[in-house]
Amino acid sequence: MSNRLNSMTEWIDKRFPLTSNWKAHLSEYYAPKNFNFWYYFGSLALLVLVNQLITGIFLTMNYKPDASLAFASVEYIMRDVDYGWLIRYMHSTGASMFFVVVYLHMFRGMMYGSYRKPRELLWLVGMAIFFVLMSLAFTGYILPWGQMSYWGAQVIVSMFGAIPVIGDTLSQWLLGDFTLSDAALNRFFAYHVVTLPLVLIVLVFVHILALHEVGSNNPDGIEIKANKNPKTGIPVDGIPFHPYYSVKDIVGVVVFLMVFCGIIFFAPEMGGYFLEHNNFIPANTLQTPDHIAPVWYFTPYYSMLRAVTVNFLWIDAKLWGVILMAAAVVVFAFLPWLDRSPVKSIRYKGPIFKFALTLFVISFLVLGWLGMKSPTPLYTLLAQIFTVIYFAFFLFMPWYSKIDKTKPEPKRVSK
Amino acid sequence: MADSFSINDEMSGRRKFLVAATSVAGGIAGAAIATPFLLSMMPSERAKAAGAPVEVDISKLEPGMLIMVEWRGRVVWVLNRTPEMLATLKKVEGELADPNSEKDQQPEYARNSTRSIKPEILVTEGICTHLGCSPVFRKDIAPADLGPDWLGGFFCPCHGSKFDLAGRVYKSVPAPTNMVVPPHVYLSDNRLLIGSDSKESA
Amino acid sequence: MMKIKTFLFIVCMAPFIVSAAPLEMELDKAPVDISDNASLQRGAESFVNYCLTCHGASFMRYNRHRDIGFDEKEILERLVQTGQKVGDLMESAMWKKEGEEWFGVVPPDLSVIARSRGADWLYTYLRTFYRDDSTVTGWNNLVFDRAAMPHVLYQLQGEQKLVVKTSDSGEQKSLVLDKKGELTAAEYDKFAGDLVNYLVYLGEPHANARKSIGLMVMIFLLGMLVLSYALKREYWKDIH
Repeated sequence: MSNRLNSMTEWIDKRFPLTSNWKAHLSEYYAPKNFNFWYYFGSLALLVLVNQLITGIFLTMNYKPDASLAFASVEYIMRDVDYGWLIRYMHSTGASMFFVVVYLHMFRGMMYGSYRKPRELLWLVGMAIFFVLMSLAFTGYILPWGQMSYWGAQVIVSMFGAIPVIGDTLSQWLLGDFTLSDAALNRFFAYHVVTLPLVLIVLVFVHILALHEVGSNNPDGIEIKANKNPKTGIPVDGIPFHPYYSVKDIVGVVVFLMVFCGIIFFAPEMGGYFLEHNNFIPANTLQTPDHIAPVWYFTPYYSMLRAVTVNFLWIDAKLWGVILMAAAVVVFAFLPWLDRSPVKSIRYKGPIFKFALTLFVISFLVLGWLGMKSPTPLYTLLAQIFTVIYFAFFLFMPWYSKIDKTKPEPKRVSK
Repeated sequence: MADSFSINDEMSGRRKFLVAATSVAGGIAGAAIATPFLLSMMPSERAKAAGAPVEVDISKLEPGMLIMVEWRGRVVWVLNRTPEMLATLKKVEGELADPNSEKDQQPEYARNSTRSIKPEILVTEGICTHLGCSPVFRKDIAPADLGPDWLGGFFCPCHGSKFDLAGRVYKSVPAPTNMVVPPHVYLSDNRLLIGSDSKESA
Repeated sequence: MMKIKTFLFIVCMAPFIVSAAPLEMELDKAPVDISDNASLQRGAESFVNYCLTCHGASFMRYNRHRDIGFDEKEILERLVQTGQKVGDLMESAMWKKEGEEWFGVVPPDLSVIARSRGADWLYTYLRTFYRDDSTVTGWNNLVFDRAAMPHVLYQLQGEQKLVVKTSDSGEQKSLVLDKKGELTAAEYDKFAGDLVNYLVYLGEPHANARKSIGLMVMIFLLGMLVLSYALKREYWKDIH
């Protein structure tokens, strides 16, 4: 039996680099041995991606990208298709959980300086993945063609109209009509099920390739490749990804699935945060719902969009809001060059960085919370304050990361 | 200690057991996840509702007349055969591949010389058993294209298969078997239910 | 370090804890129990008798009601409208155009109304109609000002009128029964409760199956957790 298996592997290896890839990426890919809780979210993001791809394919088998049929086809999936409800909830919950996992994955990178040299490209590819993910979420959210789908998309597309000179033409080009209609639904469907998933898969592949080239960072932020066993050439603090991290990630996957299935089976609407109540009303082009807000994962950016209320430097408030919102997403990409600290990990960084990061997280969450609320003068003021804090975290980083009192990094990873 | 790990090439019994147990549990999980996805591809409730048995009123079906009924997206013929038509069934038997309907192409109650419940009323799917075309009802006798021996029947224009007026296939044509008689039942003398053999599911 | 972690974890979960925006009016709690087949069956019959003439539930099939303990014969006799089949969708008997002419708006489809409005809102809505001569229909509602729908259940509930008390703390609106209906207040509440319970079921007919499958999945995952954790521990013995 094992002989046959060996000769078969040999046969394949002569024609395809199976064993060498298995070794390079799994059994002889050496990862730092001190990964903690925060290091589960990379593999979990991959799991959610697979979930989205498979459930998505099955949804397209019954979904109809037609403004007059879309809403009914979603309910058809929920009722008439055997287990259609399960597949739909897996997809809708997966969308939200994708952002939970990716936000935590990004936060991990910010804590432990995973964006620093030599991982700048890895971080940039990750940022590209984040943009594509946001586009996927946006195009996907339109498809049920409920009230929130319609008016949410209306708001986003109107933002392009804010761009001077070409704005109106651009938004008409995007919509293929003078208003959000069947034409837009049809093309957003094409982006959602073909274009963007293809780009996402390629980027994820590149992300993993880049990671395996430079090796994983770790909570201590030191390079394990700097300390290799002279005999074997293996990093002293490295352990093979397989079996050690594969068995560890399985535990993470099971815990994640308990949360994921808990939502799918017992709270699929998640109190209106994952599936919004107003989206159970078919799109009505004549009537905006009383209260509109994007899905929770977009709300931090949405409240920044609303926070700008004054015209400034020949540019009107509306355009400033759009610029700010885009900048809030893009600014992450500059982190590798903004951080001037001599150490990578928060463990050895000084009190200023810890304070700044905590403040940043708080402002992100508060902005997210404000984005779900109807604006009042107090809320707008709060949004303005926290928008300033949000950007200050990035803009002043070159300065405060330099003067911060850091601790010396250890030679070996700590337990 | 230079290395921070030491791989056990020989797996301990406990380790072997845990790997096997987790793999089995993972396999069960995989199968359990695949099941709803595969089941979602079965006919949906809408398809089932559309494929429900169809009721036909045959009170206005004159002798010699054929009507087409749609059941599950397929055409079903209901033909009221005249006594002359019924008489042809006996005559052509020698040229048929399966004159006694031995192959399982009809419910038990239609396995008879007329392939029907009521002798004059033929109910059959209008689909050629060769490659699924719908044959043409040719009741004209001895037409130029079908030859002098043609006593009326069904002719498939796709590949030239021929069937008699009970849907039985002729010898040496591409179609292998007689046409399919779907389940059907008479709810009353003139109310025919196609798609079910029990009166309950009307 | 640990403190920061715990703190961050708590703030991470904050968006899930924050409750929805406060409503203008306190809603009454609807007695929802979608495992109570008797209540759902009563609700289904009321729905067919009172709602389905104007509203559709056009994503729902009649034969689906085997979920709530009806057999096919009962569905045919008690729910299905004449001329329709047991596998048909519960479409409204009224033409959309007529609805627009009569009420100014097309009566909305009710298939997923409980998912957009919420059970408590529906329960309060059905019970807070009152006479108001200033409106087109002659009816008004506490939670839906100038609702296009007249009070179709007034024969059961009776007619209520609005009483407004002004005190230091502001206006207080309450309803008093003006003309008696066929049902007592308690009976009408039960009637509305059954109907709303049914609407909740109607919004998500698979909900019971969802929960029972979920329970099995969670038990399986718990077992999987024990196994995978033991496996991880076993392998990580190698790491020093």
